[in-house]
Amino acid sequence: MAETAFAPWNDESATPLIQFKNVTKRYGDFVAIDNLTQDIYAEEFFALLGPSGCGKTTMMRMLGGFETVTEGQILIAGQDMNNVPPNKRAVNMMFQSYALFPHLTISENIAFGLKREGKPKPEIDARVDEMLRLTRLEKFAKRKPHQISGGQRQRVALARSLAKAPKLLLLDEPLGALDKKLRQDTQFELMDIQEKTGTTFVIVTHDQEEAMTVASRVAVMDEGQIIQVATPADIYERPNSVYVADFIGDVNIINGHATRAGDGYDVTYAEGTAPLHAKTSNDLGNSAKCALAIRPEKVSITAQKPSKAANTVKGKIIDIAYLGNLSTYHVELANGQMMKAQAANTRRLERRAFTWEDSVWLSWTDTAAIVLEA
Amino acid sequence: MRRFTLIAVPYFWLLVLFLVPFIIVFKISLSDTALAIPPYTPTLDLNSGWEGIKGFFADLDWENFTFLTTDDLYWKAYLSSLQIAAISTLFTLLIGYPIAYAMAQSADEWRPTLMMLIILPFWTSFLIRVYSWMGILSNEGFLNQFLMWTGLISEPLVILNTNTAVYIGIVYTYLPFMILPIYAALEKLDASLLEAAEDLGCSRLTAFWLVTIPLSKQGIIAGCFLVFIPALGEFVIPSLLGGSKTLMIGKVLWEEFFSNRDWPVASAVAVILLLILIIPIVLFQRNEQKQREAEGQ
Repeated sequence: MAETAFAPWNDESATPLIQFKNVTKRYGDFVAIDNLTQDIYAEEFFALLGPSGCGKTTMMRMLGGFETVTEGQILIAGQDMNNVPPNKRAVNMMFQSYALFPHLTISENIAFGLKREGKPKPEIDARVDEMLRLTRLEKFAKRKPHQISGGQRQRVALARSLAKAPKLLLLDEPLGALDKKLRQDTQFELMDIQEKTGTTFVIVTHDQEEAMTVASRVAVMDEGQIIQVATPADIYERPNSVYVADFIGDVNIINGHATRAGDGYDVTYAEGTAPLHAKTSNDLGNSAKCALAIRPEKVSITAQKPSKAANTVKGKIIDIAYLGNLSTYHVELANGQMMKAQAANTRRLERRAFTWEDSVWLSWTDTAAIVLEA
Repeated sequence: MRRFTLIAVPYFWLLVLFLVPFIIVFKISLSDTALAIPPYTPTLDLNSGWEGIKGFFADLDWENFTFLTTDDLYWKAYLSSLQIAAISTLFTLLIGYPIAYAMAQSADEWRPTLMMLIILPFWTSFLIRVYSWMGILSNEGFLNQFLMWTGLISEPLVILNTNTAVYIGIVYTYLPFMILPIYAALEKLDASLLEAAEDLGCSRLTAFWLVTIPLSKQGIIAGCFLVFIPALGEFVIPSLLGGSKTLMIGKVLWEEFFSNRDWPVASAVAVILLLILIIPIVLFQRNEQKQREAEGQ
């Protein structure tokens, strides 16, 4: 592992490819993007993640030039983009609906952008062939879009948007129309192509798994603002807010009162129970309302009280969700709080250790939970 | 059996309302004119048996069709009709396309209203609408009065009873038939296709030319046929708005039937007109077929 990790955002000297500077976008009274500042670096695979209506598509469409900025500035490679129309930007977009031209064949679709540049025909043909090879579409070059499958159409859309070798490629929910299996395959294909071409990708998605899989950094958005930008691992392991913790993956949130204790906080969440302890570098002050976020897979479930765990709570199994490789146990604590614990199904189902209504102990280490402001 | 019944209904309809009348007209076109009721001979007399039928067929001949080629009135009328129909179709397209485009671009809540406005004229009799153009276009009509009032002209423009009036009448009458299919094609057009075109380096104008026009091609073709086919045989508009110099085959046909009472020649004219119309109708059907295939994904 001599390779240094790709992390230009930690490098003070790196200049970002894209800069959002206090960008606000309003539609009448509605604020779609609220005073947003964000840098995106060259060769990044940057994911905008959020629920529908959070402004992620607006952000992308502003990059593409399809929406104007109400206030603020967007710079691409240091150049102010505010009055630059879409056809004058070194940016290409892959549309959610793919937007393939139905009257043109696959190769004509891919050649469309190249022809507008007025390049000589042999050069265009060579580039189209290269794109067809890259997306494994050689066999379909002469077909029309309606004669190929959804997955193939998606690849045509990708090939077409990459053909002009843009500095920046925007992908608007690119895999939304594909079924799960194909989507997973395509995600890896996308990453592969992104690496091969060295293009900067900005992807919009509402699928957190997809964002986690493909992106070098994920921006979690809500109501026109970016809540957190971090690598997928950091987003998952160190969310900066209850919103992010809750949006990404499954999480147990325990609301309580935090008191400083040692290198972290003691959290009292119910009367008559021992406080829960969590190590953290977050500073909430000495005493504050807080939320503990614990991932279900970091909670272990046992029949006997474990002797060495930092945090233990007692509860009753209310529900079991059997997922094949995993089971999620829904456990009710004495104060009515529901908690989820996930365990690998290492044994056959009929020999499972726990069943409904069993009394169990849940435990986790003092580094498993994250203390967040409530 | 059920399938057969289903198919039989439209076939029966076509047989009774199209084929049988056509055979009657075709038969008349092979007859000779006569001072009688009906004004042609021979008529089939089944009472005289087989001899009668043989005699009936022996009397039929092609001389009316030969006659059409000897008098240059007829082929000139056919050509002039083709020309008038083609030019008016072109103008209808030039006027109809922007209207259809504007309708397709308008806000969703306005579309039904605009559609209504396009269809609304059909609620008034076609004849009355053409008559009212006479009031607009005549020398003392509204148009001339208006233009003279604004001072643009000092002498009234002679429009009524010229080919110009015929063009205006045809364009006005058939405009909805052009707008509706083009609108239908443009409305289906996915706006993201135009964004994609711009994204790939097109200006708005080239995007329109390379995406909008090709994707509304089927609508344009359908609209052109829907205007061209009826305009070719148009009779009311040239006879009301056109002048003595306006030569259209529909008018010739009418005069043969009602002024000359020469039913056989008139029928021959009608048969030829039908043959001419079959070509664009077949082309139109093919276009529709192609469109269905293209859409049947």
